[in-house]
Amino acid sequence: MLTAAAILTDGLVYAAYLFIVAIGLTLIFGVMKILNVTHGSFYAFGAYGAATAVGIYTNGDWPAALGFLFMIVFAMLIGLIMGIILERGLLRLVYGRDEVVVVLVTYATFLILEDVIVLIWGAQSYGAFQPMISAGSTELGGLVLSNYDMVLVAIAAALAFAAYWALKFTRYGKLLTTVIYDRETAAAFGINVTLVYSVTFIVGAMLGALGGAVMAPKISVTLGIGVEVIVLAFAVVAIGGMGSIEGALIGALIVGICRAAAVHLLPQVELFVVYGVMALVLVARPYGLFVRARPRKI
Amino acid sequence: MASRAYLAGALLFLAAAAAGPLVPDWVASIVTIAFANALVVLGLVVLWRVGLVSFGQALYYCLGAYSVALIARWTGLTDAFMLVMFGGIGAGLVAVLVGFLLARYREIFFAMLSLALSMILYGVLVKTESLGSTDGFTVLTPTFLGYAPHGKELGLMLYWLTLAVDAIAAVLVGLYFRSVAGALAAPIRDNEIRVEFLGVSVSSIIHTKVVIAGILGGLGGALAAMAIGHVDPAMAYWTTSGGFVFVTVLAGSGYVAAAFIGSLVFEAVRSFAVDVMPQLWQMTLGSVLLLTILFLPEGLGSLVSRLRRRGEVKAP
Repeated sequence: MLTAAAILTDGLVYAAYLFIVAIGLTLIFGVMKILNVTHGSFYAFGAYGAATAVGIYTNGDWPAALGFLFMIVFAMLIGLIMGIILERGLLRLVYGRDEVVVVLVTYATFLILEDVIVLIWGAQSYGAFQPMISAGSTELGGLVLSNYDMVLVAIAAALAFAAYWALKFTRYGKLLTTVIYDRETAAAFGINVTLVYSVTFIVGAMLGALGGAVMAPKISVTLGIGVEVIVLAFAVVAIGGMGSIEGALIGALIVGICRAAAVHLLPQVELFVVYGVMALVLVARPYGLFVRARPRKI
Repeated sequence: MASRAYLAGALLFLAAAAAGPLVPDWVASIVTIAFANALVVLGLVVLWRVGLVSFGQALYYCLGAYSVALIARWTGLTDAFMLVMFGGIGAGLVAVLVGFLLARYREIFFAMLSLALSMILYGVLVKTESLGSTDGFTVLTPTFLGYAPHGKELGLMLYWLTLAVDAIAAVLVGLYFRSVAGALAAPIRDNEIRVEFLGVSVSSIIHTKVVIAGILGGLGGALAAMAIGHVDPAMAYWTTSGGFVFVTVLAGSGYVAAAFIGSLVFEAVRSFAVDVMPQLWQMTLGSVLLLTILFLPEGLGSLVSRLRRRGEVKAP
């Protein structure tokens, strides 16, 4: 019983983290049809930025609660700047090229940014655990839950709700839906598709950086964190269906629970259970759980 | 036209074989690994011609490498020719099975599913402690029909073996490109429904290509395992696949030879970058890849055809 509860809570926390990382990826794919490998860099820059912010913050004597906010704002600013530079400076040049070619462009950017991290932050690893420690923990029926993890789950839930609300009930969301359905028709009706693309990419980049920022206190911020996270986010997005926000949510929950179950019950399979689930889902539903097959065009 | 290409290929092959004993050891070993990896790239070129990119080709590379290492370790068989063959066969069999699944997918979905499959292998290998987990294990020194060289001779024999396998693979893939199934690649890339209306099964053609690419990947992995003398799970990680895709883009899909030249250029750039600016080698690679995509969309191979076209225009 305790194990089941542990699996559920661990799974939920892990799912929250996966969702925060995956939502930006799926948003960019849904609107722009770009499978953005650079998302791993956004994540890594967010984490490094958060570590720097925590470092700056703990040197001053400000109240601890604001440190978390400062960290997130700092990281998302980095995401904003990177998003603008990449979208305006590079991706604009390859719109309209083959989807696979654009993946390679983002892969090349990812490689370059991996070394930019070394140039800015050096090769050593950083710790940013202060927010996690100052948040403390709560005991609930024999399980010790970190308050920070609960905040993480709350952030993920808030993001999911905000995305749903923004897409269904705001003017911008409706414009976005139109662009997703048919880019050319949307443009013909006077929607500024270029602007929608830019905003989507920048928001996606900020969400990637946010994912890195909230994870930074839980991990050691070191080289190669982007490499790991990008394939995980791919798996989550592929399971749910690429471009679908509710798909990303369900995908994150499935992967989170499966991985937590593996960690507790059968640690040997922990590393590949995620990809095993992804392969199984894709066998049954080639386009993921929440996307219907497209009709073939002659 | 074709016969001239074969003649040029044969001459280059002989020149490369003859140069083996003359160049320093480290050059020979870099070239051996480059040419072993070129086989994997050749497989990716076969897929790239129908517009498919596999972000999990490291699956077959790693399978080939581990087949060699495990067969040598469990049975004591160290004959290089047999081991390379088993590496290719092992990876090929897996490709046949996986192909039933993969042949139904296109575009990004093909890339993602192959990525997932290679990551499963990575996960299994990392967690298998009897196979050294993330450290991997050493490959027994190979022998050649009873001849057991060491040091410089061993490197030279592996170099020649790799060249020979490459030559055979290049000829066979060249023949395949000129066969009906091979020639249908471009039409499938353009519009596969029209090809099906011609009475051709697109999925069986793609299945064949997956198997060809798998066998080539296995052969490449087998040769690389013997040349490096060590196998580890990183051979199946997605960044390894990414490297192969990188070379494929660099080389372009126009020519069989481009895979070998591309792989050689890649290995040279990487060795140079790691040596001169170890902090920045990924940046170098990324920049080269970006510039290639932006300015040479058909790869290095297109330089040749551009020159040729310019020559034709000049002729009256």
